[in-house]
Amino acid sequence: MRLSLKWLSEYVDLRVTPEELAAKLTHAGLAVDAIVRTGDWGPEIRVGRVSAVDPHPNADRLRLATVEISAEETHRVVCGAPNIAAGQKIAFAVVGARVRDGHSGKDAVLKPAVIRGVESAGMVLSEYELRLSEDHEGILVLPESAPLGAPLSDVIGDVIFELSVTPNRADWLSVLGIAREVAALTGAEVREPPVDYGEAGAPIKGRVTVDIDAPDLCRRYVATLIEGITIGPSPAWMQERLVALGQRPINNVVDITNYVMLELGQPLHAFDYDEVAAGHIIVRRAREGERFTTLDNEERALAPDMLVIADERGAVALAGVIGGLESEVTERTVNVLLEAANFAGAGIRRTSAALRARSEASARFEKGLPPELAMIASKRATRLFVGLCGGKAATGAVDVFPGKKRDARVEVPRERIARVLGIDPPVSKVRSVLGSLGFSARWVPPDRYVVRVPYWRPDVRIGDDIAEEVARIIGYDEIPAALLAGSIPAPIAQPRRELRERARRMLADAGMREVIAYSTTTLEALRRVMPAEDLAIYPPYRLVNPISAEHAYLRPTLRASILQTLASNLRYQKGEVAIFEAARVFLRPDDRPADAGRPFGEERQPDERERIIAAVTGRRADRWGRPGEESVDFFDAKAYAGALFHGLNVDVTFAPVDEYGFTPGRTAAICAGEARLGVIGQVHPDVAGAFDIAQDVYVFEVALEALLPLAGGDRKLAPVPRFPAVEQDLALIVDEDTPAGTLQEAIESSSLVRSAQVFDVYRGDQVPEGKKSVAFAVAYQSPDHTLTDDEVAKAQRKILERLRREFSAEQRGA
Amino acid sequence: MPLPRGGAYNAGTMATDTVEQLHAEALRGLAEAADARALDAWRIEILGRKGRLTSVLRGLAELSIDERRSVGAAANALKAELEAAFDERAEELRRASFAATLASDRIDVTLPARPHRRGGLHPVTQMTERILDAFRSMGFSVVEGPEVELDYYNFEALRIPADHPARDMWDTLWVDETVDGRRPLLLRTHTSPAQIRTMEQQQPPIRVAVPGKAYRFEATDTTHEWQMTQIEVLAVDEGLSMAHLKGTLLELMRRLFGRERQVRLQCSYFPFVEPGAEVAVDCFVCSGAGCHTCHQTGWIEMMGAGMVHPEIIESMGFDSARYTGFAAGMGVERLAMQAFGVDDIRYFYQNDLRLLQQF
Repeated sequence: MRLSLKWLSEYVDLRVTPEELAAKLTHAGLAVDAIVRTGDWGPEIRVGRVSAVDPHPNADRLRLATVEISAEETHRVVCGAPNIAAGQKIAFAVVGARVRDGHSGKDAVLKPAVIRGVESAGMVLSEYELRLSEDHEGILVLPESAPLGAPLSDVIGDVIFELSVTPNRADWLSVLGIAREVAALTGAEVREPPVDYGEAGAPIKGRVTVDIDAPDLCRRYVATLIEGITIGPSPAWMQERLVALGQRPINNVVDITNYVMLELGQPLHAFDYDEVAAGHIIVRRAREGERFTTLDNEERALAPDMLVIADERGAVALAGVIGGLESEVTERTVNVLLEAANFAGAGIRRTSAALRARSEASARFEKGLPPELAMIASKRATRLFVGLCGGKAATGAVDVFPGKKRDARVEVPRERIARVLGIDPPVSKVRSVLGSLGFSARWVPPDRYVVRVPYWRPDVRIGDDIAEEVARIIGYDEIPAALLAGSIPAPIAQPRRELRERARRMLADAGMREVIAYSTTTLEALRRVMPAEDLAIYPPYRLVNPISAEHAYLRPTLRASILQTLASNLRYQKGEVAIFEAARVFLRPDDRPADAGRPFGEERQPDERERIIAAVTGRRADRWGRPGEESVDFFDAKAYAGALFHGLNVDVTFAPVDEYGFTPGRTAAICAGEARLGVIGQVHPDVAGAFDIAQDVYVFEVALEALLPLAGGDRKLAPVPRFPAVEQDLALIVDEDTPAGTLQEAIESSSLVRSAQVFDVYRGDQVPEGKKSVAFAVAYQSPDHTLTDDEVAKAQRKILERLRREFSAEQRGA
Repeated sequence: MPLPRGGAYNAGTMATDTVEQLHAEALRGLAEAADARALDAWRIEILGRKGRLTSVLRGLAELSIDERRSVGAAANALKAELEAAFDERAEELRRASFAATLASDRIDVTLPARPHRRGGLHPVTQMTERILDAFRSMGFSVVEGPEVELDYYNFEALRIPADHPARDMWDTLWVDETVDGRRPLLLRTHTSPAQIRTMEQQQPPIRVAVPGKAYRFEATDTTHEWQMTQIEVLAVDEGLSMAHLKGTLLELMRRLFGRERQVRLQCSYFPFVEPGAEVAVDCFVCSGAGCHTCHQTGWIEMMGAGMVHPEIIESMGFDSARYTGFAAGMGVERLAMQAFGVDDIRYFYQNDLRLLQQF
């Protein structure tokens, strides 16, 4: 909503500066987003009259204008504007004025000049030079009423507020409504615009009839009739105000309806009375299959929940949204039937949304207007018709008001206001604040107020609404800051969240960088990382109105995102890149029946699962931190994953596995006992390539829900061994495909072995084809005595026997 | 004390020093020992098992008791003196040699450290945790809700029925699932559904902080992003007023932006609170004087807040005459932008490591 302070000042005295007023309004809930000054000019720019226009002696396209500022002051200047003419009132700048320069576009101080040999001291200004618009084709011609010699700022200067009106305050979508607010905030009085008019015409009775068939959608319908009008432009002052608030002037009839809408907040509609059959207005729901051409010349299909204004032949308007082409006021219109009606907000909103026909009118109706306003606006507009269109108003008005209600009253205990606000304003203060807003608050001893709510505040219904009114006028600054007291509620355990946050910190501490991607992706990206069958059986959730095609689907996996993030960074990152994301994926739930006791559609909500995805790639750093010769490999990724599982105190094993999108033979399932926690491996080069990644990428993914039952156990302290360990190396020749981890497990299963660590894997000389040598450093130790050489030798023999039996392992060099 | 002479009686075997003679020569030799090897040779010659001092001590046996007493005392004194002198000289040489090493083997302390991978959390995660820490310290529990939310929780239960004009305040991304011709699923436009979900599960007193992603169907620019992270806080108890709301948010802002911060509440409208408020903090760049950061206003808008609407308290089965509550919802990115000096909100989800590595 735009607001002209000049217009506003017609209804309330402005006692503070625009900036102070903006601050007060914003504080009270009507946010002023911007203050725009139109015409903030200095005293050097004044109203002048062109008394003569003569040809320029040396140039055909230039002329010499004589401008009179006062009886004593005239100037003769060179002017190039094609529209200049003697007798015009214009804006004139003398030397020293600041105006926008036509060439540089910047403000400059006007200097005397010689143009084609003629001296010119001053300037007749265009809208461009005044920064009113970008138009510098011709000069600005002022209305004849502009007083000669007056500073231009006094004549056309204005301050425009750009306001954000909250949806609860339809009254703020009007200049008068804002004036009421200003009055309350500054202690001024409101001057309501006059609404009386002379009824010089014949009675309306019998010539206009109104039937409301849908009283649930139309609470009131007021019709007046103005006859014998002359269509023409509206007066300059009205056009100026409409333009200031962003409305295009059309003709006097349309302009008056718009003007009153902006002034009072009530949308109006003017019908050509002679196009309404039998003067009979019927307010009804649209018929099944009914079609209707609106005044934007669009034929629209109506639905039965839409409200139309019809005559006996058919629809003449879409109630509260847009008029009809046939009953539109035209140049030939002489009799106007003026509608001031009250339509139900939800219906208007539904209709305007369905037909994509939102308008200034529908924006006001949908917020809920009071039916009382219809009659006031009807009178106000009829008065203007009589005054500005040369018409005669018929005697009386048709007023059908099925939705009449008693005045709203709210009872509110004083204690409630104190309870909600944390301050207890005195009774006199509460009464005066509410009074300034048009409420009347009666104090009912010993403890309560009864508040009558003015018709224009249908948003105020309960005691807490009254509390807000009091607080916002007194000022929220009066409310002190208090700390929470009372008992602290028992903490609510959120193990899934806590685990995720621990995991995040562990990966970051291990050297990985967290990224957060959008929760959306494309089918194309998903196809690269998911088998087609999975996508067919469990299609990802699609958005109806995505921001763009790139964001059309909710992620059922994080794999595509992390590779995209990686790809976008590899242009700049030449060294090791190790990134991770912890986020939700959206999976199709198993079929669930709808539960009547639960909110609608709950059975269709996705399973939101927590995943951690990590990707490692690039060349390891050298001593100097520059990308070195070696690239990261599987075991770098495994180290990061290991840091996570170690940190969470979860023992995991890695077992070779085939996984879609991963490289066979370089991929493992991450398991804990029977549970599969995730996967780790090299992204298949084809998949990486599909994301424009030309280097080896290692990824691991962990399903947090699988990890949840295992993680979080506290470590239990193991005593420091009291007896020394005996360390011996054990090199084994085994088949190529025997996993080192399995050998280690077997060695460590000996009761005398504390640990067995791989320190070398060797193939080549002295190792037969198809075999490898795996060397372990084995630490033998007993908790209760120092081991003898014999004991160690015996233990090693038993281990070797077992390894020979189970893995055909031979001791190397034995 | 004049040292007694000895030695005449040792003629024929190895010449034995007099105590006096040994004293002078040993000290001279020690002073001449210039490195560890010379020092070691001296030690063997003088103090060694077959050294000269030992010889002197051995020679005592051949003296008379009187002589033995006087010469013996002198020899023992000499032994102590030479041993001390040796230690001193050894330490002197060690220091000299270390100093020489240092002089020739200085390290350039300005060389870069050995590379060590530095990871880090996303700035939005960091800011989320800072905010949650503040609320935890005030007794709030952290809980979460679904990102794909029901129309019911996102709107209807928050007093925003279908066809309500307030729906325009949250442009919604709808999920393409229909049930009976209606679409029940959407990407939550705010974390406020947590108010309803929490009150379904908990009895007052309630204090929760609910972080999570939220989504809007919104054009993006330097201050608008369609995916965002929000934190909703909710407290319901007997005797809670707007003063508690103000105090809680003041404490948050002071923890985030410094103890001297002030908060300002202004009237605003959200259908699920009454009274409603817009919350601003005084600008921590200019402390209210007006600068670029606060657009010359001295204040930075931080979040929406208000007292939980009594109709919502009632609809959750609590007596609104007894229980009141407050709620606030804040955008983590907005706060992170202020705290970290980020001037374009879109940086957060571009995931450019050149930006993220600065955190």
